[in-house]
Amino acid sequence: MMAGPGGGSSDVQWCFSQVKGAMDDDVAEADIISTVEFNQSGELLATGDKGGRVVIFQQEPESKSQPLRRGEYNVYSTFQSHEPEFDYLKSLEIEEKINKIRWLPQKNAAHFLLSTNDKTIKLWKISERDKRPEGYNLKEEDGRYKDPSTVTTLRVPVLMPMDLMVEASPRRVFANAHTYHINSISINSDCETYLSADDLRINLWHQEITDRSFNIVDIKPANMEDLTEVITAAEFHPNQCNTFVYSSSKGTIRLCDMRASALCDKHTKMFEEPEDPNNRSFFSEIISSISDVKFSNNGRYMMTRDYLSIKIWDLCMETRPVETYQVHEYLRSKLCSLYENDCIFDKFECCWNGNDSVVMTGSYNNFFRMFDRGYQQDVTYEASRENSRPRSILKPRKISTGGKRKKDEISVDSLDFSKKIIHTAWHPLDNIIAVATTNNLYIFQDKLN
Amino acid sequence: MYFSGSLLTTEEPPGREGCAVVLGQKPRSAAQQRHSVTATVSKMAGADGDDSLYPIAVLIDELRNEDVQLRLNSIKKLSTIALALGVERTRTELLPFLTDTIYDEDEVLLALAEQLGNFTMLVGGPEYVHCLLPPLESLATVEETVVRDKAVESLRKISQEHSPVDLEVHFEPLVKRLASGDWFTSRTSACGLFSVCYPRVSSTVKAEIRQHFRTLCSDDTPMVRRAAASKLGEFAKVLEPEYVKSDIISLFTALASDEQDSVRLLAVEACVSIATLLPQEDLETLVMPTLRQAAEDKSWRVRYMVADKFSELQKAVGSEITKNDLVPAFQNLLKDCEAEVRAAAANKVKEFCENLPEDNREQIIMTHILPCVKELVSDTNQHVKSALASVIMGLSTILGKDNTIEHLLPLFLAQLKDECPEVRLNIISNLDCVNEVIGIRQLSQSLLPAIVELAEDAKWRVRLAIIEYMPLLAGQLGVEFFDEKLNTLCMAWLIDHVYAIREAATCNLMKLVEKFGAEWAQNTIVPKVLGMANDPNYLHRMTTLFCINALSEACGQEITTKQMLPVVLKMSNDQVANVRFNVAKSLQKIGPVLDSNALQTEVKPVLEKLATDSDMDVKYFAQEAISVLALA
Repeated sequence: MMAGPGGGSSDVQWCFSQVKGAMDDDVAEADIISTVEFNQSGELLATGDKGGRVVIFQQEPESKSQPLRRGEYNVYSTFQSHEPEFDYLKSLEIEEKINKIRWLPQKNAAHFLLSTNDKTIKLWKISERDKRPEGYNLKEEDGRYKDPSTVTTLRVPVLMPMDLMVEASPRRVFANAHTYHINSISINSDCETYLSADDLRINLWHQEITDRSFNIVDIKPANMEDLTEVITAAEFHPNQCNTFVYSSSKGTIRLCDMRASALCDKHTKMFEEPEDPNNRSFFSEIISSISDVKFSNNGRYMMTRDYLSIKIWDLCMETRPVETYQVHEYLRSKLCSLYENDCIFDKFECCWNGNDSVVMTGSYNNFFRMFDRGYQQDVTYEASRENSRPRSILKPRKISTGGKRKKDEISVDSLDFSKKIIHTAWHPLDNIIAVATTNNLYIFQDKLN
Repeated sequence: MYFSGSLLTTEEPPGREGCAVVLGQKPRSAAQQRHSVTATVSKMAGADGDDSLYPIAVLIDELRNEDVQLRLNSIKKLSTIALALGVERTRTELLPFLTDTIYDEDEVLLALAEQLGNFTMLVGGPEYVHCLLPPLESLATVEETVVRDKAVESLRKISQEHSPVDLEVHFEPLVKRLASGDWFTSRTSACGLFSVCYPRVSSTVKAEIRQHFRTLCSDDTPMVRRAAASKLGEFAKVLEPEYVKSDIISLFTALASDEQDSVRLLAVEACVSIATLLPQEDLETLVMPTLRQAAEDKSWRVRYMVADKFSELQKAVGSEITKNDLVPAFQNLLKDCEAEVRAAAANKVKEFCENLPEDNREQIIMTHILPCVKELVSDTNQHVKSALASVIMGLSTILGKDNTIEHLLPLFLAQLKDECPEVRLNIISNLDCVNEVIGIRQLSQSLLPAIVELAEDAKWRVRLAIIEYMPLLAGQLGVEFFDEKLNTLCMAWLIDHVYAIREAATCNLMKLVEKFGAEWAQNTIVPKVLGMANDPNYLHRMTTLFCINALSEACGQEITTKQMLPVVLKMSNDQVANVRFNVAKSLQKIGPVLDSNALQTEVKPVLEKLATDSDMDVKYFAQEAISVLALA
């Protein structure tokens, strides 16, 4: 397992490993995957869906017989995290859809994660049990009661081994703090607090206190008619406990320092790229909205995803991104129809690989893109049933952008916009990625030689 | 029989009654199961057999019941189970079982951790106390902080019951295991155990313990560093003085400059205990640099902590350093850019001034502190102002009459006019301090508008708060002033549209009568209260009854019988049922104040009539009154 977590397109050959989920073409709404997240060791992979369920996969140990294969991910635990609710005061339905999952750093043999829907964040414990008590005084093991007069000595139960059982139990419920829809949760490096962000506010919680949270950002104007932007994502810095960023629908990212004051309404830094006047159009503001922001693992950079591109920012430079990658520039001419079918509002997420050398994000037609920062190379792959033979190598896809379509190229007009890859995750240490198509989870890994 | 006579004297004697209690507390068990168990219990009760065994058997079985409440009940009676099993079986069977029950719910684990701290005698006394270590060790690694803390507390308790040899053979290895555990939960628990075993072990083991503590202070995870930082002070206390200087100071300095705010702020607390351990001459070089740095930390949370602990710090470092260092530091905290810090510092103004060295206390306050305080009076943040308002009056006793009139009075008056009701309330609630020094008359001109405004505030909680200060104010201002200016307010609250205010107003009247006496009541408030009995609004009519309930005792038999009772009796014909049943309740309430003649001739017929009322509630309360007053 010592293969370095580096390389993207240049030296890694990606191959198919597994696909999870039903194969049918008609997809139940509840089965649509809404978030994907590896834990800190990469041993566990969690997905949440629109039905409020969380499914956790565990990586099997590498088998000695097949030394060239990494362990496969198999279902470890499945539980219903959220149920649909109804807010009677506001006459609003609260969907059970899991918006985000975040793993807590491991604190003992059990694993903990936070899951959230639009309103309520829950802390779950996933633990194993391999013993059960045996021996009653007053009844038989099958539950029948004994004649009490036969009880002449006391018997203390003993714990006997049993088949491994994985339990998921709700430990805490953090509710009633968000008026708008929660879009992000992020755990602080101090391991005792976390933030949750909705459209207009960011709250800070203590992991053990459910009845109180502190509002640290509030961009709600006194008059809602003056509202010009909303918070789209927020994240804590991976090792500076006092720093967090939040992105807005206007394409800006604000960095706040919690040391400076209790209320972080005034940002410390604002990252914003001046707009290119040549590209100005009716859609400019919509496509500049940031759908995801992620710090690099080393904490020096952050990546933002807007509709057409990925930008990498150096935290020390606010004026412009240090790198910009076009995800699907060929859609620029199609914005009008993407607006009409609402696709323009899709919130694509993005992720870093373990050593920050490659970034990945999704696109339409079940395509996903990787950008190798060192080699300045990019590649498009497709998550599809067609090449789902075990260990079959993924072939790069090409999209023809006008002119004559070459062999093996796909025309922009034939892209299927109903198939989109919004959620992706990269194993924190190895070249293993998890890519969610509508209701399927694909796992790819590099070919070990 | 498991229970000899002497054992039966324990706090929870088991037996048949004990069993009934156990079964009586089964709120959620399946009905059928309860039925069958109850049936067998009654059968048992009839038999003369080994009936002390049965309740214990139930308790043991319920240790693994599916219902948390039942498991919790059983765990809380663990001593009973252990007594029944005897020390031998407790050690060999019960404890191993409990060691493995860490899967359970937090509340069960918490109860278990607590029980095990008192278990020494039940496992056979100090000789066997180490048997309790395995279950407590596993409880010390669970994820719930409350459970871990309780397990550590119990471990600390039983560590005292270990002989010196056992401490080194059993306890100290456990501390080491926890300290080098894989997960931070066990390492955080270890931090709390060093100080209890350190004083009682050999010098080689002591060296190891110090090394372990050092390691934990630079642990990778902030949770462990926080745990170590919070135990630094208590560990320093048990260390030999030479190690305090050589070990603790460097750890303290390192933790105080940790990259995590949450660790640095805990070092401030440690500062207090470390400073008390060091001789005065070492403080300047060993502690003060760190403290100065903390007071100017970039993170407001650390500065907040300094402000919050300021009085303790002040006592710990002594008067000389206070004069030279803490006074300027305190000024800065009062002027901090973060409102939370200013509020915390403002809260400490009085204590800080009180504890200043007496010889030049007044001069320091007047030249250094008061200017900052003046600025805080017009702070932009209302929490800061209200924190200040809650302590500022205390300065008058320190500064004396002349300074108070010249310097403080303008501040009080400004705060009495503050836009935020909480500020005004805090000033009013502390009036007694000023009264002692300059007399309240100085303030009364400004006080009255402030009180009236609060009394009519749109927020009922504000009105409620001012009502609660009325008895205090009445005492300070005297009966004349009260009658003249405040009496109307007190009566107006009786017809407030919020029930909580009317209720508080009733209670207020009672306190006023206690203060000013029955005669005053008869002349000023009773007529007004009774007048409300004819009000067209039934809620106001009921208020009359509530007032009578509250006042009858304070007013005495004469007033109650002659003035109040006729009104109550008349109201028994009210057309609103709520009023009528409150008449019944009132009669029940004032009955004990009346003489038996009035009861028999006046109260009884009315209650009897009400007992045949067409309204169910009226009947009910009338009958209740009849039986309570024994008029049947």
